[in-house]
Amino acid sequence: MKRNTTIAAASVLALTASAALAEGELNIYNWGNYTNPEMIEKFEKEFDVTVNLDGYDSNETMLAKVQAGNTGYDIVVPGDYMVKVMIEQDLLEEVKPNEMENFGNVDPKWVDVWWDEGRNYSIPYQWGTTSFTVDTEVFDGDIDTLALMFDAPEPLKGRINMLNDMNDVINAGLRYLGYGRCNGNPDEMKEVLELLMKAKADWRTMDYSTIEKLTSGDVDLSQTWNGAAMRARAQRPSLKYAYPKEGFTGWMDNVAVLKGAPNLENAKLFINFMMEPENAAMTSNFARYANGIKGSEEFMDAEMLEAPEIVMPADAPDPDFVTPCPQEVVDLYNKVWTRLKQ
Amino acid sequence: MAEAIRKGPRARDLKAMPGFKTVAWLCIIALYLPLAVLVIFSFNDNRSVVRWTEFSFRWYEAALSNDGIRNATWVSVKIAFVATVVATAAATMAALATTRTASFRGQGLAYGIINQPLMIPEIVTAIATLSLFALIKTATGVTGIGYLMAAHTAFCIPFAFMPIRARLEDMTLVLEQAGADLYATPWQTFRHITLPLLMPGIVAGAMLAFVVSLDDVIITLMVAGPGETTLPIYILGAIRRGITPEINAVSTILVGVSVLLVVLLFFVQRRMEK
Amino acid sequence: MTETSLSAAHREAQARATRTRYGLLAPALIIILAISILPLGITVVYSFLEPGTYGGVVWNFSTDAYVQFLFERDIFDDTLTFDPAYLSIFMRSIGLAFGAMIGTLILGFPTAYFIATKPRNQRNFWLFLITLPFWTNLLIRTYAMLLIIRDEGFVNISLMKLRLIDSPISILYTDTAVFIGLIYSYLPFMVLPLYASLEKLDFRLVEAGYDLYASRWKVLRHVIAPLAKPGIIAGCILVFIPGLGAYITPELLGGGKSLMIGNMIAIQFGSSRNWPFGSAAALILMMLVIIVLLIYAASAGRGRRTHG
Repeated sequence: MKRNTTIAAASVLALTASAALAEGELNIYNWGNYTNPEMIEKFEKEFDVTVNLDGYDSNETMLAKVQAGNTGYDIVVPGDYMVKVMIEQDLLEEVKPNEMENFGNVDPKWVDVWWDEGRNYSIPYQWGTTSFTVDTEVFDGDIDTLALMFDAPEPLKGRINMLNDMNDVINAGLRYLGYGRCNGNPDEMKEVLELLMKAKADWRTMDYSTIEKLTSGDVDLSQTWNGAAMRARAQRPSLKYAYPKEGFTGWMDNVAVLKGAPNLENAKLFINFMMEPENAAMTSNFARYANGIKGSEEFMDAEMLEAPEIVMPADAPDPDFVTPCPQEVVDLYNKVWTRLKQ
Repeated sequence: MAEAIRKGPRARDLKAMPGFKTVAWLCIIALYLPLAVLVIFSFNDNRSVVRWTEFSFRWYEAALSNDGIRNATWVSVKIAFVATVVATAAATMAALATTRTASFRGQGLAYGIINQPLMIPEIVTAIATLSLFALIKTATGVTGIGYLMAAHTAFCIPFAFMPIRARLEDMTLVLEQAGADLYATPWQTFRHITLPLLMPGIVAGAMLAFVVSLDDVIITLMVAGPGETTLPIYILGAIRRGITPEINAVSTILVGVSVLLVVLLFFVQRRMEK
Repeated sequence: MTETSLSAAHREAQARATRTRYGLLAPALIIILAISILPLGITVVYSFLEPGTYGGVVWNFSTDAYVQFLFERDIFDDTLTFDPAYLSIFMRSIGLAFGAMIGTLILGFPTAYFIATKPRNQRNFWLFLITLPFWTNLLIRTYAMLLIIRDEGFVNISLMKLRLIDSPISILYTDTAVFIGLIYSYLPFMVLPLYASLEKLDFRLVEAGYDLYASRWKVLRHVIAPLAKPGIIAGCILVFIPGLGAYITPELLGGGKSLMIGNMIAIQFGSSRNWPFGSAAALILMMLVIIVLLIYAASAGRGRRTHG
């Protein structure tokens, strides 16, 4: 046992020492399974840089770590509202992507966005929508309405999965009732709670793993992201992604550089690299979402270009990019959510 | 059978308890059912972990060529190994100090402290540890995987401690006293008497610690630095984009390798005993 | 030797024993104090602060987090009313953890006994057999379990083949599934300490029991169980307490429609952005656990005294 302890102590020392800062590194902290390894290899080769890639499961996890400080990461990929929060909290480095060589490739519609006006901090990574997908063999009526989730027709009763996400569920409820997002009105929120409580009786599960739920046949309708819907359709072709007339959530993840990034110059190179159409397309081909870089289409998989989950129909409402809500509203949402799942 | 009846109740197997064997076998089968499913799906040709299509090795190829998974598996095993060894050693020492002695001042407190990591939901420890480690990193400038190993060691200690202590309690001191009477040094007594007697508890404790470390998600998620993604973190990140049988393949390889190691160890042990 | 020098030697021996004891305790205590108790102090501080706008805390003293646990501040007139929402979440988790504890004990005891009565050189092998399935990842294991207890899963098909049931029973996404999942996840936490305790069982005592014409049940109840008590206690603690905070298994197998304590606390550090409340809820949970343990320790202490 004594020998074991010595080995353990030695290995702890060895491992601690190995993490010293080396030149030519880049530490990326992105959502899990969201970065194309081939794209990373390409970057490593082009700039002779070693990349460390780690994954997180939510914007909030990432924020908590960054707020604590000293993460050692250079690049993060926060969602739209999280970019705004991080800029406000002075956590992002103002790297001025808008002055970089490849900035002209960014689709103009993603330049003046509310979370980073004029793109002084971040660039588009991937963007998509959060709506729901439904098996058209089980239900063959009009699918473009939130009524399918909140007032389920007979064949879908007890066959519905909702995302286990406070904001996604409450926002859908608010849209169905026609109320505004970030709603601090107690009367309206009470109505939302009643709506959700009633609808919950028809829901089978509330879970993030929507692809497994749909492909295993446990449910026939699931609230989900468009890219996940496309993957689920590959295994269950009768699924169709809905663009509800009441509206649906849009989101964009953005590449940004952390304040105090240990490898600032490499991080800037990476930002510029990610605005090249070919590299953006590599990400899309892997993560299965659109990227907001002009000219990337010609490098993208054919099935991506015609997927109904990615190419929105002309008559669909504009996706709704939800701003971060004030604390009172979050508290109110939290109450509704706790009641709902009490 | 007939003989047993003739000899009457005196001859019945002292150790046998009716139904115990059945329950035990049922438990073992139940424990292995999910493992069997997991292994089967590692050979699924489809990218689903819930719907079977046809046999294929593609996920093994994919897993073996996937740097992310490979690194994560290696980091997991490395951390679990170090945490298990350190936690088991510390727990064994602590158990020796707190068991089989007259009650001493601070004994209750010592128990309380050792079991504390069990008492509070992981996420809270995780957030608080994150704040603490960030302070230390800022103050000292030291970074690295040592932080993660230390965090794992801390929550592994109670898991290792419990079986060892259960083993020690009521273990008589007679043999050790006999050893001491024969002028054995305390270390000799420990090495040749206490340790062998204690071994089943230590093995049980170490196995628990290893399992607990290997499965930890939340504390790891918060404490891990660059390049320190463990397998559970990798999988957690993959949920939203769908889990592929690559994970099953890695799990199968991991189980296969451990079986191999244990079988090897088993034979080595037998050779040594002869 | 005079009496005084004897007692001096005795004192010296005692002092040495004390030094050894603290020396042995030091590594475990230092690791846990530094890495678990110190953060706990931070948690206590957090619980008395105000939530920051986007997570984190603001350094203003406040007891709101504790008030919020039991009462609801009316949205209209700011009056406090009793709010059972969080309490009922606590009760559900406690019930499930307790059930899992009893379930693992009922299944784990025979299993541990079975292993402990195997020939000595086989025992480690059996222990290994019990823990091996847990070297695979919890999430993947849970997905596998999901397939087994589905309507068209292994369990239902087997039961129907055996003609025990005519139509599949719905287990998945019910409390039963959660219960099964928790028992599965925590079985080794019960079996291993029980084994450590049972392995040294002196069967001469069992023989003595039979000599006195005790039935098997009586021997089990009055001879074996009391001897295995340290293991039973250790196992129960290792199952019950982590069971309280569990949420991956309950969420996946139960369908995620009801909150567990662990999850309720976790979302306070996530999308609900209320770290003080999350900290306070965690501390209340810890207090509950400690109270239960103290009550247990008090009753066990009394029991020991009456036995002599």
